[in-house]
Amino acid sequence: MTLQLKNVTKQFGNNVAVNNLSLEIPENEMFGFLGGNGAGKTTTFRMILGLLQKSAGEITWNGEKIDYEKSSIIGYLPEERGLYPKLKVKEQIVYLARLRGMEKKEVIKELESWLERFKVPDYMDKKVEELSKGNQQKIQFISAIIHKPNLLILDEPFSGLDPINVEMLKEAVIDLKNAGTSIVFSSHRMEHVEELCEHLCILQKGNPVVQGSLRDIKLTFGKKNLIIHADYPLDFLAKFPGVVKHKKTRNGGILQIKNEIVSQEIFQELQGKGFVRKFELAEPSLNDIFIEKVGASYE
Amino acid sequence: MQVMNKFIIIMTHTYLSKLKTKVFYISTFLILAFLMIMVNFESIISVFTGDEEQKVAVMEESGELLEYLTEQPNNEVLMEAFTGTVEEGKSLVVEEEYEALVIIELDDKGLPEATFFAENITNSDLQTDILQQLQQLKVTLATDQLGIDQTAITEIFAPVTLHKVALDEDVKTEEEMNQARGIVYVMLILLYTFVIMYGSLIATDVATEKSSRVMEIIVSSVSPITHMFAKILGIAMLGLTQIAIFLLVGIIMLQSKTEQIGGLIESFGLHNASISIILYAVLFFLLGFFLYATLAAMLGSLVSRVEEANQIVTPIVLLIIIGFFIAIFGMNAPDSQIVTITSYIPFFAPLIMFLRVGLMEVPLWEILLSVGILVGTIILLAIIGAKVYKGGVLLYGRSSSFKDIKKAIQLTKKE
Repeated sequence: MTLQLKNVTKQFGNNVAVNNLSLEIPENEMFGFLGGNGAGKTTTFRMILGLLQKSAGEITWNGEKIDYEKSSIIGYLPEERGLYPKLKVKEQIVYLARLRGMEKKEVIKELESWLERFKVPDYMDKKVEELSKGNQQKIQFISAIIHKPNLLILDEPFSGLDPINVEMLKEAVIDLKNAGTSIVFSSHRMEHVEELCEHLCILQKGNPVVQGSLRDIKLTFGKKNLIIHADYPLDFLAKFPGVVKHKKTRNGGILQIKNEIVSQEIFQELQGKGFVRKFELAEPSLNDIFIEKVGASYE
Repeated sequence: MQVMNKFIIIMTHTYLSKLKTKVFYISTFLILAFLMIMVNFESIISVFTGDEEQKVAVMEESGELLEYLTEQPNNEVLMEAFTGTVEEGKSLVVEEEYEALVIIELDDKGLPEATFFAENITNSDLQTDILQQLQQLKVTLATDQLGIDQTAITEIFAPVTLHKVALDEDVKTEEEMNQARGIVYVMLILLYTFVIMYGSLIATDVATEKSSRVMEIIVSSVSPITHMFAKILGIAMLGLTQIAIFLLVGIIMLQSKTEQIGGLIESFGLHNASISIILYAVLFFLLGFFLYATLAAMLGSLVSRVEEANQIVTPIVLLIIIGFFIAIFGMNAPDSQIVTITSYIPFFAPLIMFLRVGLMEVPLWEILLSVGILVGTIILLAIIGAKVYKGGVLLYGRSSSFKDIKKAIQLTKKE
């Protein structure tokens, strides 16, 4: 059960939206798909789903082409949220799930347990337009996963939700993954991706600029963060050889350094300057990596 | 199999969800009410005007003329002799005691002349009535003077009987023509109303799904082409349901008040319309509906907001209005060139070709040619429409126009 993209390219006229993208997403895996606005994430999803024709390359699920015959094993939560405003939650989900090959009875049973799980058991007969935005999103999430898809595409699943609801949906996503669903997941929120995904890909104007397992990506990035809390200003460290970036914080500063050795040199440098309450060498965050890889070309 | 299944799910969903809407109830009710009013038009009018007799004061010197006038009793206008002065008469009219005052005098030839006083002279019905009576009075007086017998007069004024016989045996008889004219009328109005009502319903429905963004979920589980045709058929079923309701109510009304409605049906020539003309009506109705419905679905897929849906179907409405006018003109001149030509133009053919078939003997090959062109156009529109629809549902822009057709097709291409 693997989703495979081989040298996939999409052009709109002269504009290259996705350039030569190759991915492999195995079963039981959550794959993070990152990129700035307009990087080509949604276009890629639409190509996977067959809504858009790819200009070149190949997309397969278990070695087979994806077409509408497979729609019962695919779940999709588009970035632009949408449900029928005038329909009741039940009617809505029954209709959408039947289009994914489910029986009505089954849908209602599943829907009941999902509404229960999301702590909104009385929404069954409410019209969608009466629900808050966050709750609409829960309903839409249910519509994407109620038929227990093998391949699930989540385009920004947590945007616009409060922290409690984010946790609730996150748990549901993790459960689905553990149950064997392959999940492709896009987000602007780096901490979510860091928390949920083992493998990821960062798109930059249609080009995959970073790709691989989270660990490898962090290792090959090389740079580390050095967190120092001290009683005196650390500004002088900004010019220290090997320091790439310097950011003041309330208690001191965070330095981005070229490699681990630099931290030793800084440690030496700080000797005898005064009291240091914290000196910590940290892994770079995905946020740092994203900003560097994507941000570089913004400038 | 799976495709068929989804097709049925979408079709029934479209049908049932629209069936439950207020709009459906209201429009059905309004049209029914309209039909009721049409059927009972005469009795409704008489409720407002009938029971009030219009009294007219008549002044004349001899006192003999009034006898002639009241001899032809008209149940709405009551002629009364008035003996007061002219001024008194006028003031009674102003006080609304009388509807009008008529002063009749005889000229030097002994023929009547009259002056008509009323509060205003807008009530032309009354004037016509009085004028008619005076005319008759004049004829009576004039012929009396000449010493001609009244029965001879009646004979003179009896209408001429004109027997119309067509020498071409293929041409329809007068009676057939009248019957056909009725059914053509019904069909014209039905198709016209349905295209306008259901065309914009389809476009609005597609636009609603698109603007609420639910469309992307739908087209990820079912192909846009299946979706489009399931939707068209679902709405067609809705239309047929509405027609069925009208027919049902019609039959019930027919049984309760056979006389009046029977008259109406007879005047439309529906009571003994031939099977073939009914079959042609059904055929051209369905073809016309699908032609315009496909067009409406395609255009509906281009707009991003519901409010724009009605705007983008305007060209469809214009087409059907043009067709309607040509058809109305063609009613009285079914063999004119413009009717013949437009009966092959697909957007007008459902109306015009049916009109020709109804009113004239049209060679079979001509009918087949027109139907063929129509079917071909529907298929062509379906293919283009499906393409536009496939791209259109993913296309969101600030304003929508026909330029988007190109953009939408572009979107379905590889590059």
